[in-house]
Amino acid sequence: MSAVIAEHDEHDEHHHDDHAHGPDKGLLRWIVTTNHKDIGTLYLFFALAMFFVGGSMAMVIRAELFEPGLQFVEPQFFNSMTTMHALVMVFGAVMPAFVGLANWMIPMMIGAPDMALPRMNNMSFWMLVAGVLLLASTLFMEGGAPAAGWTLYPPLVLQTGKALPFAIFSVHLLGISSIMGAINIIATIFNMRAPAMTLMKMPLFVWTWLITAFLLIAVMPVFAGAVTMLLTDKFYNTSFFDAAGGGDPVLYQHIFWFFGHPEVYIMILPTFGVASTIIPVFARKPLFGYSSMVYATASIAFLSFIVWAHHMFTVGMPIAGELYFMYATMLIAIPTGVKVFNWTATMWKGAMTFETPMLFSISFVVLFTMGGFTGLMMSIAPSDFQYHDTYFIVAHFHYTLVPASIFILMAAAYYWLPKWTGHMYNEKIGQLHFWLSVVSVNILFFPQHFLGLAGMPRRIPDYAVQFADWNMISSIGGFIFGASQLLFLYVVIDTIKGGTGEKVSDEVWEDAHKHGLEWTIPSPAPYHTFTTPPTSIPTEHI
Amino acid sequence: MSAHDTYYIPHKATWPVLATAGLMTFLAGFANYLNHSSIGSPMMMLGFAFFIVMLAGWFTLQSTESESGMYNAQVGISFRMGMMWFIFSEIMFFAVFFGSLWYTRNLSVPWLGGEGIGAATKEFLWPEFEAHWPTNGPAKLINGLPTKDGEFEPMGAWGLPLLNTLILLTSGVTCTWAHHGLLANKRDQLIKGLIATVALGFLFVTFQAIEYHEAYTEMGLTLGSGIYGSTFFMLTGFHGFHVCVGAIILSVVLFRSSRGHFKPENHFAFEAAAWYWHFVDVVWLGLFIFVYLM
Repeated sequence: MSAVIAEHDEHDEHHHDDHAHGPDKGLLRWIVTTNHKDIGTLYLFFALAMFFVGGSMAMVIRAELFEPGLQFVEPQFFNSMTTMHALVMVFGAVMPAFVGLANWMIPMMIGAPDMALPRMNNMSFWMLVAGVLLLASTLFMEGGAPAAGWTLYPPLVLQTGKALPFAIFSVHLLGISSIMGAINIIATIFNMRAPAMTLMKMPLFVWTWLITAFLLIAVMPVFAGAVTMLLTDKFYNTSFFDAAGGGDPVLYQHIFWFFGHPEVYIMILPTFGVASTIIPVFARKPLFGYSSMVYATASIAFLSFIVWAHHMFTVGMPIAGELYFMYATMLIAIPTGVKVFNWTATMWKGAMTFETPMLFSISFVVLFTMGGFTGLMMSIAPSDFQYHDTYFIVAHFHYTLVPASIFILMAAAYYWLPKWTGHMYNEKIGQLHFWLSVVSVNILFFPQHFLGLAGMPRRIPDYAVQFADWNMISSIGGFIFGASQLLFLYVVIDTIKGGTGEKVSDEVWEDAHKHGLEWTIPSPAPYHTFTTPPTSIPTEHI
Repeated sequence: MSAHDTYYIPHKATWPVLATAGLMTFLAGFANYLNHSSIGSPMMMLGFAFFIVMLAGWFTLQSTESESGMYNAQVGISFRMGMMWFIFSEIMFFAVFFGSLWYTRNLSVPWLGGEGIGAATKEFLWPEFEAHWPTNGPAKLINGLPTKDGEFEPMGAWGLPLLNTLILLTSGVTCTWAHHGLLANKRDQLIKGLIATVALGFLFVTFQAIEYHEAYTEMGLTLGSGIYGSTFFMLTGFHGFHVCVGAIILSVVLFRSSRGHFKPENHFAFEAAAWYWHFVDVVWLGLFIFVYLM
């Protein structure tokens, strides 16, 4: 990926040579770069590294839960692992991976020379690294890493040892990073599109990221405010979350989930965008219902702001609140159903082929739908009293994150790696990676539904013996899933080094150039693309 | 089309990563300080100083580039969008604290007093507590500690706060007056307007410092005075911090104006500072109504 390519753009007659230069040599290039492709690469590699760090923590969790009783780790450390696994995966892996994709792809998809604010782009990446460094440092502190769950609920989280202020400032830095990244994406999409690229011609990945960026700017400051109040409650005598002073610990939960619910859509909306980009190419059909996809995405984003308390049905809300949040939550199923219908209809009677990106995308449609249905089950407030804080919720959100967000990130990597590197990945290993992942992810998470319905609580290092069988099966699935991801690491490195050795064309996938601008430029993509905007744009995707 | 041909893309940026390192050092130092570690304070100060110097370097570079005409209209739009959405994120940040004030006044304090779902809470936890506002809670917290009959005096609206309201509103007018001066190329009006705005800004901060001093020394009103003290100081404190930042930004704009920067058709930094200032102004009006008056 570090190859130096002389810029050429055969579709562009008004070429400016003064912009054409390749990347600098040496390590410093990566530290001071303002190039959207370099920064995208940094984000993606960072996210991949964090995926394995967070994954290792998950392995610790599954190893401890392999059998009842305490085997390997102290309960306190176990709770640190569940907390840190979540924080690392959410803020270190999934979100940065999608920002990396946005950096790489949005300028190329809308015909822009780069992101709108390149220096700030550099800063948002390094803010992310700074935030994760602060977070990771807490693992080695007196009192251990935060262990109160990624939601950081008071009063429990205020019992954290020396790690507490570090974790809080880490959230501030991660928030600054996300807000700067989101501002950049909005400015890029609104201000840098090629003239022919009207809003309703934008690829859906661009649309979903535009909407996601609004969510980020709206809710990251809310999380920052919530943890700031934790900080002052702990160190400056305030009583926001202390009933003795007239505050309320439930207030934290409301604020957290006002952030937290949009946050989970921040991780899923770009997923929808990538799926809507990949499926039409391999179904060899235009996307079914382009405009309804745009409106459904916007509707989901809007609804995400008015459903937060469905995470807190058991906290003791007035009955009117329970009812309102129950019905509002159910509404989300409508735009989501529109999307699943559209993906299915796109594939209907398509001339489909099943390369690795398509396999991951199809399994996303099926398995995400399952995760959605369990969500619908839990939206029913009286039922949720049974499911709350059990392994059922763990199964639910892992279905919406692992075989959905993570699978689509895999699909995106396989789909765009040839464009990024100029090499073809090894299809056989890619498919092996897919099949191992899709089978093991179900062995890993499906039994957790049963455990939850039978009453096994989450965030517990030990459990009653009646839960032993399904936990062992779940752990076996987890180990296979974890090991399978090493295949992905191999494919990525192998592809960068030359892959199968065959020269990939500009369009890479059959007729892909009809679906997106990124397939009209050479593979690998030159260091600078669209220094002058393209005059015509493909429209097969709408 | 022509605007697209010359979009300015900087290559290599050393300031952002250094500024990030400074900010991270500052926050790591702050966390160490809160953990009573002796390296905390020096680390904080070092990191903060480094952060500020790096930001100053970055902004100097931006203003030099701007004055040498490297930015076209399209770049200007990107900058303006950036500033607008940054201010939107700030609005959401303040919304958290306003929301907390609303929640405690209208829900959690009445529940503690036995209203609605709080009947059992009152019965079993603090049966003597009657909901009222302002409050330092059922445990009558003073400096964060429970007391038998600890009282504090809430901050009234008609003394310094009213004066500060007038000061900030006036500063909004002088800021706009300076902008009109800039647009009409009346440099004298621009500079005078900015001097007045910055002076009023710092006057506001001074009065607020006096108010805080009074609260702490004479009224028994501190961060530890229960939920009233918490919301009062959190809201006014973060606002005061934003006034300081806004006044510093305006000072930089004033300095640049005195050096002949900005043209009637191109003065992004002035606009950004003015927007920020008006935002701070509007937040204060919200504070005056919801924290002081109601």
